[in-house]
Amino acid sequence: MREFWENNQIKIVPWLLLTPALIMFSVYVVYPIIQSLSLSFFEWDGLADEKLFVGFGNYRELFDDDVFWTSLKNNLIWVIFYLLSPPIGLAIALFLNQKGLAMRLIKSLFFFPFVISQIVVGLMFTWFYDPSFGLLNVVLSKLGAISEPLALLSSERAVTYAIVFAGLWPQIAYCMILYLTGLNGISRGQIEAASLDGCSGLRMLWHVILPQLRPATFIAIVVTVIGSLRSFDLIAIMTAGGPYNSSSVLAFFMYEQSITNYRMGYGAAIATILFLIMAIYIAYFLTRMLQQERIR
Amino acid sequence: MFPTPIDKASPAARTAYHAGVWVALLIWLLPLGAMLLTSFRSLSDISMGNFWGIPSEWMIIENYQGVFTTTPMGRFLLNSLMITVPTVAGALAISALAAYALAKYNFKLNIVLFALFIAGNFIPFQILMIPVRNLTIQFGLYDTIIGLVLFHVAFQAGFCTLFLRNFIKALPNSLIEAARCDGAGEFRIFFVLILPLIRPALAALAVLIFTFVWNDYFWALVLVQSDSVRPVTAGLEALKGQWLASWQMIAAGAIIAAIPPVSMFFLMQKHFIAGLTMGATKG
Repeated sequence: MREFWENNQIKIVPWLLLTPALIMFSVYVVYPIIQSLSLSFFEWDGLADEKLFVGFGNYRELFDDDVFWTSLKNNLIWVIFYLLSPPIGLAIALFLNQKGLAMRLIKSLFFFPFVISQIVVGLMFTWFYDPSFGLLNVVLSKLGAISEPLALLSSERAVTYAIVFAGLWPQIAYCMILYLTGLNGISRGQIEAASLDGCSGLRMLWHVILPQLRPATFIAIVVTVIGSLRSFDLIAIMTAGGPYNSSSVLAFFMYEQSITNYRMGYGAAIATILFLIMAIYIAYFLTRMLQQERIR
Repeated sequence: MFPTPIDKASPAARTAYHAGVWVALLIWLLPLGAMLLTSFRSLSDISMGNFWGIPSEWMIIENYQGVFTTTPMGRFLLNSLMITVPTVAGALAISALAAYALAKYNFKLNIVLFALFIAGNFIPFQILMIPVRNLTIQFGLYDTIIGLVLFHVAFQAGFCTLFLRNFIKALPNSLIEAARCDGAGEFRIFFVLILPLIRPALAALAVLIFTFVWNDYFWALVLVQSDSVRPVTAGLEALKGQWLASWQMIAAGAIIAAIPPVSMFFLMQKHFIAGLTMGATKG
Protein backbone atom coordinates (compact mmCIF):
# COMPACT_ATOMS: atom_id res chain seq x y z
CA MET A 1 0.00 0.00 0.00
CA ARG A 2 2.63 2.42 1.11
CA GLU A 3 4.81 1.42 -1.81
CA PHE A 4 1.96 1.93 -4.24
CA TRP A 5 1.46 5.46 -2.90
CA GLU A 6 5.18 6.24 -3.16
CA ASN A 7 5.26 5.11 -6.77
CA ASN A 8 2.04 6.60 -8.02
CA GLN A 9 1.77 9.76 -5.92
CA ILE A 10 2.33 12.05 -8.87
CA LYS A 11 -0.50 10.45 -10.84
CA ILE A 12 -3.02 10.32 -8.01
CA VAL A 13 -2.42 13.60 -6.26
CA PRO A 14 -3.73 15.94 -9.00
CA TRP A 15 -7.05 14.11 -8.98
CA LEU A 16 -7.29 14.30 -5.22
CA LEU A 17 -6.60 18.02 -5.43
CA LEU A 18 -9.23 18.45 -8.11
CA THR A 19 -11.96 16.40 -6.44
CA PRO A 20 -13.68 19.05 -4.27
CA ALA A 21 -13.79 21.67 -7.02
CA LEU A 22 -14.92 19.16 -9.62
CA ILE A 23 -17.72 17.85 -7.43
CA MET A 24 -19.01 21.33 -6.68
CA PHE A 25 -18.69 22.46 -10.27
CA SER A 26 -20.39 19.38 -11.65
CA VAL A 27 -23.30 19.53 -9.24
CA TYR A 28 -23.95 23.27 -9.49
CA VAL A 29 -22.79 24.17 -13.02
CA VAL A 30 -22.31 21.29 -15.45
CA TYR A 31 -25.27 19.14 -14.45
CA PRO A 32 -27.71 22.10 -14.31
CA ILE A 33 -26.73 23.14 -17.84
CA ILE A 34 -27.53 19.68 -19.16
CA GLN A 35 -30.76 19.58 -17.20
CA SER A 36 -31.87 22.98 -18.48
CA LEU A 37 -31.19 21.97 -22.06
CA SER A 38 -33.32 18.86 -21.68
CA LEU A 39 -36.04 20.63 -19.70
CA SER A 40 -36.57 22.98 -22.63
CA PHE A 41 -38.29 20.12 -24.47
CA PHE A 42 -40.85 19.64 -21.70
CA GLU A 43 -43.78 21.46 -20.25
CA TRP A 44 -43.56 21.68 -16.47
CA ASP A 45 -45.00 23.96 -13.81
CA GLY A 46 -42.21 23.21 -11.35
CA LEU A 47 -44.50 21.39 -8.92
CA ALA A 48 -46.09 18.40 -10.65
CA ASP A 49 -44.29 15.07 -10.61
CA GLU A 50 -44.84 14.53 -14.30
CA LYS A 51 -43.19 16.54 -17.04
CA LEU A 52 -44.92 16.58 -20.38
CA PHE A 53 -42.68 16.05 -23.41
CA VAL A 54 -43.49 18.63 -26.10
CA GLY A 55 -40.50 18.30 -28.44
CA PHE A 56 -39.70 21.67 -30.00
CA GLY A 57 -43.07 23.01 -28.84
CA ASN A 58 -41.56 25.56 -26.46
CA TYR A 59 -39.26 26.88 -29.17
CA ARG A 60 -42.09 27.14 -31.70
CA GLU A 61 -44.16 29.06 -29.20
CA LEU A 62 -41.17 31.26 -28.42
CA PHE A 63 -40.71 32.30 -32.03
CA ASP A 64 -44.36 33.43 -32.11
CA ASP A 65 -44.05 35.34 -28.84
CA ASP A 66 -43.75 39.11 -29.28
CA VAL A 67 -42.10 39.50 -25.88
CA PHE A 68 -39.34 37.13 -26.99
CA TRP A 69 -38.55 39.29 -30.00
CA THR A 70 -38.72 42.47 -27.95
CA SER A 71 -36.33 40.94 -25.44
CA LEU A 72 -33.95 39.77 -28.13
CA LYS A 73 -34.00 43.19 -29.76
CA ASN A 74 -33.33 44.82 -26.39
CA ASN A 75 -30.41 42.45 -25.79
CA LEU A 76 -28.96 43.69 -29.07
CA ILE A 77 -29.43 47.31 -27.98
CA TRP A 78 -27.67 46.47 -24.71
CA VAL A 79 -24.68 44.92 -26.49
CA ILE A 80 -24.30 47.73 -29.03
CA PHE A 81 -24.55 50.59 -26.57
CA TYR A 82 -22.58 48.78 -23.88
CA LEU A 83 -19.73 48.58 -26.35
CA LEU A 84 -19.39 52.34 -25.96
CA SER A 85 -17.80 51.69 -22.59
CA PRO A 86 -14.37 50.51 -23.80
CA PRO A 87 -13.73 53.66 -25.90
CA ILE A 88 -15.17 55.99 -23.25
CA GLY A 89 -13.25 54.13 -20.57
CA LEU A 90 -10.08 54.58 -22.62
CA ALA A 91 -10.77 58.29 -23.02
CA ILE A 92 -11.21 58.75 -19.28
CA ALA A 93 -8.11 56.65 -18.58
CA LEU A 94 -6.04 58.85 -20.90
CA PHE A 95 -7.48 61.92 -19.23
CA LEU A 96 -6.62 60.68 -15.75
CA ASN A 97 -3.29 58.97 -16.41
CA GLN A 98 -1.14 61.42 -14.46
CA LYS A 99 1.01 60.96 -11.40
CA GLY A 100 0.53 62.36 -7.94
CA LEU A 101 -1.28 61.62 -4.72
CA ALA A 102 -4.41 63.59 -5.63
CA MET A 103 -4.60 61.78 -8.95
CA ARG A 104 -4.53 58.41 -7.22
CA LEU A 105 -7.47 59.42 -5.08
CA ILE A 106 -9.33 60.75 -8.12
CA LYS A 107 -8.80 57.52 -10.04
CA SER A 108 -10.22 55.51 -7.15
CA LEU A 109 -13.22 57.80 -6.92
CA PHE A 110 -13.85 57.43 -10.63
CA PHE A 111 -13.87 53.69 -10.12
CA PHE A 112 -16.55 53.89 -7.43
CA PRO A 113 -19.62 53.06 -9.55
CA PHE A 114 -18.24 49.61 -10.32
CA VAL A 115 -17.88 48.69 -6.67
CA ILE A 116 -21.43 49.41 -5.60
CA SER A 117 -24.28 47.01 -6.22
CA GLN A 118 -26.32 47.38 -9.40
CA ILE A 119 -29.37 47.54 -7.17
CA VAL A 120 -28.04 50.76 -5.68
CA VAL A 121 -27.11 52.05 -9.14
CA GLY A 122 -30.63 51.26 -10.31
CA LEU A 123 -32.18 53.15 -7.40
CA MET A 124 -30.00 56.19 -8.12
CA PHE A 125 -30.97 56.35 -11.74
CA THR A 126 -34.66 55.64 -11.13
CA TRP A 127 -34.51 58.77 -9.20
CA PHE A 128 -32.38 60.69 -11.59
CA TYR A 129 -35.04 60.04 -14.26
CA ASP A 130 -38.09 60.74 -12.08
CA PRO A 131 -40.48 62.97 -14.05
CA SER A 132 -41.54 65.14 -11.10
CA PHE A 133 -38.32 65.75 -9.20
CA GLY A 134 -35.48 63.89 -10.97
CA LEU A 135 -32.33 65.88 -11.67
CA LEU A 136 -32.60 65.23 -15.40
CA ASN A 137 -35.99 66.92 -15.59
CA VAL A 138 -35.05 69.70 -13.21
CA VAL A 139 -32.01 70.59 -15.33
CA LEU A 140 -33.74 70.23 -18.69
CA SER A 141 -36.70 72.36 -17.70
CA LYS A 142 -34.43 75.04 -16.17
CA LEU A 143 -32.62 75.15 -19.48
CA GLY A 144 -35.98 75.44 -21.23
CA ALA A 145 -35.21 72.37 -23.33
CA ILE A 146 -38.49 70.66 -22.43
CA SER A 147 -41.94 72.05 -21.72
CA GLU A 148 -43.39 68.83 -20.26
CA PRO A 149 -41.56 66.48 -17.92
CA LEU A 150 -39.89 63.51 -19.57
CA ALA A 151 -40.94 60.17 -18.12
CA LEU A 152 -38.19 58.05 -19.63
CA LEU A 153 -38.91 54.92 -17.62
CA SER A 154 -42.56 54.82 -18.60
CA SER A 155 -41.95 55.46 -22.28
CA GLU A 156 -41.91 52.25 -24.29
CA ARG A 157 -39.54 53.78 -26.81
CA ALA A 158 -37.02 55.32 -24.45
CA VAL A 159 -36.98 52.95 -21.50
CA THR A 160 -34.31 50.47 -22.65
CA TYR A 161 -31.92 53.25 -23.61
CA ALA A 162 -32.43 54.89 -20.23
CA ILE A 163 -31.58 51.66 -18.40
CA VAL A 164 -28.56 50.97 -20.62
CA PHE A 165 -27.31 54.47 -19.84
CA ALA A 166 -27.46 53.64 -16.14
CA GLY A 167 -25.56 50.41 -16.83
CA LEU A 168 -22.86 52.25 -18.73
CA TRP A 169 -21.89 54.13 -15.61
CA PRO A 170 -20.30 51.15 -13.77
CA GLN A 171 -19.17 49.49 -16.99
CA ILE A 172 -17.19 52.54 -18.14
CA ALA A 173 -15.53 52.60 -14.73
CA TYR A 174 -14.50 48.98 -15.19
CA CYS A 175 -13.04 49.60 -18.65
CA MET A 176 -11.26 52.68 -17.38
CA ILE A 177 -9.44 50.70 -14.71
CA LEU A 178 -8.43 48.05 -17.26
CA TYR A 179 -6.93 50.75 -19.49
CA LEU A 180 -5.24 52.56 -16.61
CA THR A 181 -3.49 49.31 -15.74
CA GLY A 182 -2.66 48.75 -19.38
CA LEU A 183 -1.20 52.25 -19.73
CA ASN A 184 0.95 51.59 -16.69
CA GLY A 185 2.58 48.64 -18.39
CA ILE A 186 3.49 50.36 -21.64
CA SER A 187 7.17 50.29 -22.49
CA ARG A 188 8.76 53.68 -22.06
CA GLY A 189 11.40 52.91 -24.67
CA GLN A 190 8.89 52.63 -27.47
CA ILE A 191 7.24 55.91 -26.56
CA GLU A 192 10.61 57.67 -26.49
CA ALA A 193 11.70 56.10 -29.76
CA ALA A 194 8.45 57.09 -31.42
CA SER A 195 8.61 60.64 -30.16
CA LEU A 196 12.18 60.95 -31.46
CA ASP A 197 10.72 60.03 -34.83
CA GLY A 198 8.37 62.99 -34.46
CA CYS A 199 5.35 60.93 -33.56
CA SER A 200 3.00 62.48 -31.01
CA GLY A 201 -0.59 63.06 -29.94
CA LEU A 202 -3.30 61.11 -31.72
CA ARG A 203 -0.88 59.47 -34.15
CA MET A 204 1.15 58.20 -31.23
CA LEU A 205 -2.03 56.93 -29.61
CA TRP A 206 -3.11 55.08 -32.74
CA HIS A 207 0.20 53.63 -33.91
CA VAL A 208 2.14 53.08 -30.69
CA ILE A 209 -0.15 53.07 -27.68
CA LEU A 210 -3.25 51.24 -28.89
CA PRO A 211 -1.36 48.21 -30.25
CA GLN A 212 0.27 47.83 -26.85
CA LEU A 213 -3.10 48.11 -25.15
CA ARG A 214 -4.52 45.21 -27.09
CA PRO A 215 -4.69 42.80 -24.14
CA ALA A 216 -6.63 45.43 -22.18
CA THR A 217 -8.94 46.07 -25.12
CA PHE A 218 -9.58 42.35 -25.53
CA ILE A 219 -10.55 41.92 -21.90
CA ALA A 220 -12.61 45.12 -21.89
CA ILE A 221 -14.64 43.90 -24.85
CA VAL A 222 -15.09 40.43 -23.40
CA VAL A 223 -16.35 41.63 -20.03
CA THR A 224 -18.53 44.27 -21.65
CA VAL A 225 -20.32 41.84 -23.98
CA ILE A 226 -20.78 39.31 -21.18
CA GLY A 227 -22.03 42.04 -18.86
CA SER A 228 -24.52 43.29 -21.41
CA LEU A 229 -25.96 39.83 -22.06
CA ARG A 230 -26.18 39.20 -18.33
CA SER A 231 -28.10 42.41 -17.61
CA PHE A 232 -30.85 41.62 -15.15
CA ASP A 233 -30.51 43.56 -11.89
CA LEU A 234 -31.01 47.02 -13.35
CA ILE A 235 -34.10 45.98 -15.28
CA ALA A 236 -35.56 44.19 -12.27
CA ILE A 237 -35.13 47.18 -9.97
CA MET A 238 -35.87 50.02 -12.40
CA THR A 239 -38.87 48.78 -14.40
CA ALA A 240 -39.44 45.04 -13.81
CA GLY A 241 -39.50 44.73 -17.58
CA GLY A 242 -42.23 47.32 -18.06
CA PRO A 243 -44.02 49.23 -19.40
CA TYR A 244 -45.76 46.31 -21.17
CA ASN A 245 -42.56 44.23 -21.33
CA SER A 246 -40.91 46.89 -23.48
CA SER A 247 -37.70 46.90 -21.41
CA SER A 248 -37.43 43.13 -20.99
CA VAL A 249 -34.30 41.21 -22.03
CA LEU A 250 -33.90 37.45 -22.37
CA ALA A 251 -32.50 37.06 -18.86
CA PHE A 252 -35.44 38.89 -17.32
CA PHE A 253 -38.05 37.30 -19.61
CA MET A 254 -36.76 33.88 -18.59
CA TYR A 255 -37.01 34.68 -14.88
CA GLU A 256 -40.51 36.05 -15.28
CA GLN A 257 -41.81 33.05 -17.23
CA SER A 258 -40.33 30.48 -14.84
CA ILE A 259 -40.83 32.05 -11.43
CA THR A 260 -43.84 34.32 -11.90
CA ASN A 261 -45.75 32.24 -14.45
CA TYR A 262 -44.57 28.77 -13.35
CA ARG A 263 -43.58 27.85 -16.91
CA MET A 264 -40.29 26.07 -16.26
CA GLY A 265 -39.99 24.37 -19.65
CA TYR A 266 -40.67 27.60 -21.49
CA GLY A 267 -38.18 29.39 -19.25
CA ALA A 268 -35.59 26.70 -19.94
CA ALA A 269 -36.08 27.23 -23.68
CA ILE A 270 -35.42 30.98 -23.28
CA ALA A 271 -32.35 30.21 -21.17
CA THR A 272 -31.13 27.81 -23.83
CA ILE A 273 -31.33 30.50 -26.52
CA LEU A 274 -29.41 32.93 -24.31
CA PHE A 275 -26.90 30.18 -23.57
CA LEU A 276 -26.37 29.43 -27.27
CA ILE A 277 -25.79 33.13 -28.03
CA MET A 278 -23.16 33.25 -25.30
CA ALA A 279 -21.70 29.89 -26.30
CA ILE A 280 -20.53 31.34 -29.62
CA TYR A 281 -18.77 33.97 -27.65
CA ILE A 282 -17.32 31.60 -25.07
CA ALA A 283 -15.98 29.39 -27.88
CA TYR A 284 -14.20 32.38 -29.39
CA PHE A 285 -12.70 33.37 -26.06
CA LEU A 286 -11.61 29.83 -25.25
CA THR A 287 -9.85 29.25 -28.56
CA ARG A 288 -7.99 32.50 -28.13
CA MET A 289 -6.99 31.69 -24.60
CA LEU A 290 -5.87 28.17 -25.39
CA GLN A 291 -3.90 29.36 -28.43
CA GLN A 292 -1.93 31.69 -26.20
CA GLU A 293 -1.41 28.78 -23.87
CA ARG A 294 0.30 26.91 -26.69
CA ILE A 295 2.46 29.88 -27.66
CA ARG A 296 3.72 30.04 -24.10
CA MET B 1 4.27 57.60 -19.91
CA PHE B 2 1.40 58.48 -22.18
CA PRO B 3 -0.07 61.07 -22.35
CA THR B 4 2.86 63.37 -21.58
CA PRO B 5 3.08 64.14 -17.85
CA ILE B 6 1.20 67.32 -17.06
CA ASP B 7 4.12 68.49 -14.90
CA LYS B 8 5.96 69.29 -18.11
CA ALA B 9 3.17 71.60 -19.30
CA SER B 10 2.91 75.31 -18.58
CA PRO B 11 1.63 76.38 -15.15
CA ALA B 12 -1.61 77.65 -16.70
CA ALA B 13 -2.26 74.35 -18.44
CA ARG B 14 -1.53 72.52 -15.22
CA THR B 15 -4.05 74.55 -13.24
CA ALA B 16 -6.64 74.12 -15.98
CA TYR B 17 -6.03 70.39 -15.99
CA HIS B 18 -6.42 69.97 -12.26
CA ALA B 19 -9.58 72.08 -12.20
CA GLY B 20 -10.93 70.07 -15.13
CA VAL B 21 -10.28 66.78 -13.37
CA TRP B 22 -12.20 67.82 -10.26
CA VAL B 23 -15.12 69.15 -12.29
CA ALA B 24 -15.26 65.90 -14.27
CA LEU B 25 -15.22 63.93 -11.02
CA LEU B 26 -18.05 66.01 -9.62
CA ILE B 27 -20.21 65.31 -12.67
CA TRP B 28 -19.23 61.64 -12.70
CA LEU B 29 -20.30 61.12 -9.11
CA LEU B 30 -23.38 63.33 -9.29
CA PRO B 31 -25.86 60.44 -8.89
CA LEU B 32 -24.02 59.26 -5.81
CA GLY B 33 -23.84 62.76 -4.35
CA ALA B 34 -27.53 63.28 -4.92
CA MET B 35 -28.31 60.09 -3.10
CA LEU B 36 -26.07 61.01 -0.19
CA LEU B 37 -27.68 64.44 0.10
CA THR B 38 -31.17 62.96 0.02
CA SER B 39 -30.33 60.53 2.78
CA PHE B 40 -29.77 63.61 4.99
CA ARG B 41 -33.16 65.21 4.27
CA SER B 42 -36.39 65.31 6.23
CA LEU B 43 -39.64 63.88 4.96
CA SER B 44 -41.13 67.37 4.72
CA ASP B 45 -38.32 68.40 2.34
CA ILE B 46 -39.16 65.44 0.15
CA SER B 47 -42.88 66.12 0.07
CA MET B 48 -42.23 69.83 -0.59
CA GLY B 49 -40.12 68.79 -3.59
CA ASN B 50 -36.89 70.16 -2.16
CA PHE B 51 -34.70 67.50 -3.73
CA TRP B 52 -31.75 69.47 -4.91
CA GLY B 53 -31.45 72.49 -2.64
CA ILE B 54 -29.81 72.62 0.77
CA PRO B 55 -31.80 70.43 3.19
CA SER B 56 -34.04 72.62 5.39
CA GLU B 57 -33.07 70.47 8.36
CA TRP B 58 -30.31 67.90 8.62
CA MET B 59 -31.71 64.53 9.60
CA ILE B 60 -28.53 62.50 9.31
CA ILE B 61 -28.74 60.61 12.59
CA GLU B 62 -32.54 60.29 12.53
CA ASN B 63 -32.64 58.78 9.03
CA TYR B 64 -29.80 56.34 9.47
CA GLN B 65 -31.05 55.33 12.88
CA GLY B 66 -34.54 54.96 11.42
CA VAL B 67 -33.30 52.51 8.85
CA PHE B 68 -32.05 50.22 11.58
CA THR B 69 -34.93 50.63 14.04
CA THR B 70 -37.90 50.49 11.68
CA THR B 71 -36.66 47.88 9.18
CA PRO B 72 -34.70 44.60 9.28
CA MET B 73 -31.70 46.33 7.63
CA GLY B 74 -29.39 45.21 10.43
CA ARG B 75 -30.47 41.64 9.84
CA PHE B 76 -29.94 42.00 6.07
CA LEU B 77 -26.40 43.29 6.61
CA LEU B 78 -25.63 40.41 8.94
CA ASN B 79 -27.05 37.93 6.42
CA SER B 80 -24.91 39.40 3.65
CA LEU B 81 -21.86 38.98 5.83
CA MET B 82 -22.79 35.40 6.75
CA ILE B 83 -23.22 34.57 3.07
CA THR B 84 -20.16 36.40 1.79
CA VAL B 85 -17.43 35.39 4.22
CA PRO B 86 -17.92 31.58 4.04
CA THR B 87 -18.25 31.85 0.26
CA VAL B 88 -14.89 33.56 -0.02
CA ALA B 89 -13.22 31.00 2.23
CA GLY B 90 -14.82 28.02 0.52
CA ALA B 91 -14.21 29.17 -3.04
CA LEU B 92 -10.56 30.01 -2.34
CA ALA B 93 -9.94 26.69 -0.61
CA ILE B 94 -11.25 24.40 -3.32
CA SER B 95 -9.86 26.56 -6.13
CA ALA B 96 -6.35 26.72 -4.73
CA LEU B 97 -6.18 22.92 -4.69
CA ALA B 98 -7.63 22.56 -8.17
CA ALA B 99 -5.50 25.36 -9.59
CA TYR B 100 -2.30 23.74 -8.33
CA ALA B 101 -3.28 20.45 -9.94
CA LEU B 102 -3.98 22.17 -13.27
CA ALA B 103 -0.87 24.33 -13.19
CA LYS B 104 1.84 21.87 -12.21
CA TYR B 105 0.77 18.34 -13.17
CA ASN B 106 0.68 16.90 -16.64
CA PHE B 107 -2.23 14.59 -17.20
CA LYS B 108 -4.48 13.89 -20.11
CA LEU B 109 -7.57 15.86 -19.24
CA ASN B 110 -5.69 18.85 -17.87
CA ILE B 111 -6.50 21.32 -20.63
CA VAL B 112 -10.08 20.09 -20.94
CA LEU B 113 -10.76 20.68 -17.27
CA PHE B 114 -9.10 24.08 -17.44
CA ALA B 115 -11.32 25.00 -20.39
CA LEU B 116 -14.33 23.83 -18.40
CA PHE B 117 -13.53 26.18 -15.53
CA ILE B 118 -12.98 29.10 -17.90
CA ALA B 119 -16.19 28.47 -19.81
CA GLY B 120 -18.14 28.22 -16.57
CA ASN B 121 -17.37 31.86 -15.86
CA PHE B 122 -19.19 33.16 -18.85
CA ILE B 123 -22.42 31.22 -18.92
CA PRO B 124 -25.65 33.11 -18.27
CA PHE B 125 -27.10 32.52 -14.81
CA GLN B 126 -30.47 31.69 -16.30
CA ILE B 127 -29.27 28.39 -17.75
CA LEU B 128 -28.51 27.30 -14.18
CA MET B 129 -31.51 28.84 -12.49
CA ILE B 130 -34.24 26.18 -12.59
CA PRO B 131 -32.05 23.13 -11.83
CA VAL B 132 -30.09 24.92 -9.11
CA ARG B 133 -33.34 26.04 -7.50
CA ASN B 134 -34.71 22.48 -7.64
CA LEU B 135 -31.49 20.99 -6.29
CA THR B 136 -31.49 23.44 -3.42
CA ILE B 137 -35.10 22.56 -2.62
CA GLN B 138 -34.28 18.83 -2.80
CA PHE B 139 -31.31 19.24 -0.46
CA GLY B 140 -33.68 20.97 1.96
CA LEU B 141 -31.59 24.12 1.68
CA TYR B 142 -34.07 26.48 0.02
CA ASP B 143 -34.32 29.74 1.93
CA THR B 144 -31.18 29.03 3.96
CA ILE B 145 -27.82 30.73 4.06
CA ILE B 146 -26.00 27.45 3.41
CA GLY B 147 -27.99 26.93 0.22
CA LEU B 148 -26.80 30.27 -1.17
CA VAL B 149 -23.24 29.75 0.05
CA LEU B 150 -22.90 26.33 -1.61
CA PHE B 151 -24.00 27.67 -4.96
CA HIS B 152 -21.77 30.76 -4.77
CA VAL B 153 -18.76 28.64 -3.79
CA ALA B 154 -19.29 26.36 -6.78
CA PHE B 155 -19.82 29.17 -9.26
CA GLN B 156 -16.98 31.39 -8.05
CA ALA B 157 -14.65 28.38 -8.11
CA GLY B 158 -14.52 28.77 -11.89
CA PHE B 159 -13.06 32.26 -11.82
CA CYS B 160 -10.80 31.56 -8.83
CA THR B 161 -9.35 28.44 -10.44
CA LEU B 162 -8.64 30.27 -13.69
CA PHE B 163 -6.95 33.11 -11.84
CA LEU B 164 -4.89 30.96 -9.45
CA ARG B 165 -3.91 28.46 -12.11
CA ASN B 166 -2.31 31.22 -14.20
CA PHE B 167 -0.61 32.61 -11.12
CA ILE B 168 0.82 29.23 -10.04
CA LYS B 169 1.83 28.40 -13.62
CA ALA B 170 4.19 31.39 -13.51
CA LEU B 171 6.05 30.00 -10.49
CA PRO B 172 9.27 28.22 -11.51
CA ASN B 173 9.07 24.43 -11.79
CA SER B 174 12.54 24.07 -10.37
CA LEU B 175 11.20 25.06 -6.95
CA ILE B 176 8.87 22.08 -6.90
CA GLU B 177 11.42 19.70 -8.36
CA ALA B 178 13.97 20.69 -5.75
CA ALA B 179 11.45 19.99 -3.00
CA ARG B 180 10.68 16.60 -4.54
CA CYS B 181 14.39 15.77 -4.62
CA ASP B 182 14.51 16.54 -0.92
CA GLY B 183 11.80 13.90 -0.50
CA ALA B 184 8.87 16.19 0.30
CA GLY B 185 5.45 14.65 -0.36
CA GLU B 186 3.12 16.25 -2.90
CA PHE B 187 0.70 17.64 -0.32
CA ARG B 188 3.53 18.96 1.79
CA ILE B 189 4.85 20.82 -1.26
CA PHE B 190 1.46 22.40 -1.76
CA PHE B 191 0.87 23.48 1.81
CA VAL B 192 4.39 24.47 2.80
CA LEU B 193 5.83 25.76 -0.46
CA ILE B 194 3.06 26.87 -2.81
CA LEU B 195 0.44 28.23 -0.44
CA PRO B 196 2.67 30.96 1.06
CA LEU B 197 3.78 31.97 -2.43
CA ILE B 198 0.26 32.54 -3.72
CA ARG B 199 -0.86 34.71 -0.82
CA PRO B 200 -1.05 37.91 -2.91
CA ALA B 201 -3.24 36.17 -5.46
CA LEU B 202 -5.48 34.83 -2.70
CA ALA B 203 -5.82 38.31 -1.23
CA ALA B 204 -6.75 39.79 -4.60
CA LEU B 205 -9.36 37.11 -5.16
CA ALA B 206 -10.76 37.46 -1.66
CA VAL B 207 -11.63 41.13 -2.14
CA LEU B 208 -13.04 40.54 -5.60
CA ILE B 209 -15.22 37.60 -4.60
CA PHE B 210 -16.36 39.47 -1.52
CA THR B 211 -17.60 42.32 -3.71
CA PHE B 212 -19.18 40.07 -6.34
CA VAL B 213 -21.09 38.02 -3.81
CA TRP B 214 -22.03 40.97 -1.62
CA ASN B 215 -23.56 42.66 -4.65
CA ASP B 216 -25.35 39.56 -5.91
CA TYR B 217 -29.06 40.07 -6.33
CA PHE B 218 -30.19 37.40 -8.78
CA TRP B 219 -29.41 34.34 -6.67
CA ALA B 220 -30.77 35.95 -3.56
CA LEU B 221 -34.00 36.38 -5.48
CA VAL B 222 -34.05 32.79 -6.68
CA LEU B 223 -32.88 30.86 -3.62
CA VAL B 224 -34.18 32.88 -0.69
CA GLN B 225 -37.51 34.37 0.32
CA SER B 226 -37.67 35.32 3.99
CA ASP B 227 -36.29 38.37 5.74
CA SER B 228 -34.26 36.25 8.13
CA VAL B 229 -31.98 35.02 5.29
CA ARG B 230 -32.20 37.81 2.71
CA PRO B 231 -28.98 39.64 1.92
CA VAL B 232 -28.90 43.41 1.72
CA THR B 233 -29.44 43.69 -2.05
CA ALA B 234 -32.71 41.75 -2.03
CA GLY B 235 -33.66 43.41 1.25
CA LEU B 236 -33.27 46.84 -0.28
CA GLU B 237 -35.54 45.86 -3.16
CA ALA B 238 -38.17 44.67 -0.70
CA LEU B 239 -37.88 47.85 1.35
CA LYS B 240 -38.30 49.98 -1.75
CA GLY B 241 -41.87 48.70 -2.01
CA GLN B 242 -42.48 49.23 1.69
CA TRP B 243 -41.08 52.75 1.92
CA LEU B 244 -42.90 54.06 -1.19
CA ALA B 245 -42.15 57.77 -1.35
CA SER B 246 -39.89 57.95 1.70
CA TRP B 247 -36.93 58.55 -0.52
CA GLN B 248 -34.75 59.74 2.34
CA MET B 249 -35.02 56.26 3.88
CA ILE B 250 -34.39 54.45 0.59
CA ALA B 251 -31.36 56.64 0.05
CA ALA B 252 -30.01 55.98 3.52
CA GLY B 253 -30.58 52.24 3.07
CA ALA B 254 -28.78 52.26 -0.27
CA ILE B 255 -25.83 54.14 1.18
CA ILE B 256 -25.59 51.63 4.04
CA ALA B 257 -25.66 48.72 1.57
CA ALA B 258 -22.85 50.31 -0.45
CA ILE B 259 -20.51 50.98 2.48
CA PRO B 260 -19.03 47.46 2.97
CA PRO B 261 -17.89 46.87 -0.65
CA VAL B 262 -16.71 50.46 -0.97
CA SER B 263 -14.63 50.29 2.19
CA MET B 264 -13.32 46.89 1.13
CA PHE B 265 -12.20 48.47 -2.12
CA PHE B 266 -10.48 51.38 -0.39
CA LEU B 267 -8.72 49.22 2.17
CA MET B 268 -7.51 46.65 -0.33
CA GLN B 269 -7.31 48.80 -3.43
CA LYS B 270 -4.06 47.40 -4.75
CA HIS B 271 -5.27 43.80 -4.47
CA PHE B 272 -8.68 44.64 -5.86
CA ILE B 273 -7.30 46.21 -9.01
CA ALA B 274 -4.65 43.53 -9.43
CA GLY B 275 -7.38 40.91 -9.42
CA LEU B 276 -9.71 42.77 -11.71
CA THR B 277 -7.15 43.63 -14.33
CA MET B 278 -5.48 40.25 -14.54
CA GLY B 279 -4.44 39.83 -18.14
CA ALA B 280 -4.82 43.50 -19.02
CA THR B 281 -1.07 44.00 -19.29
CA LYS B 282 0.12 40.70 -20.71
CA GLY B 283 -1.51 37.75 -22.35
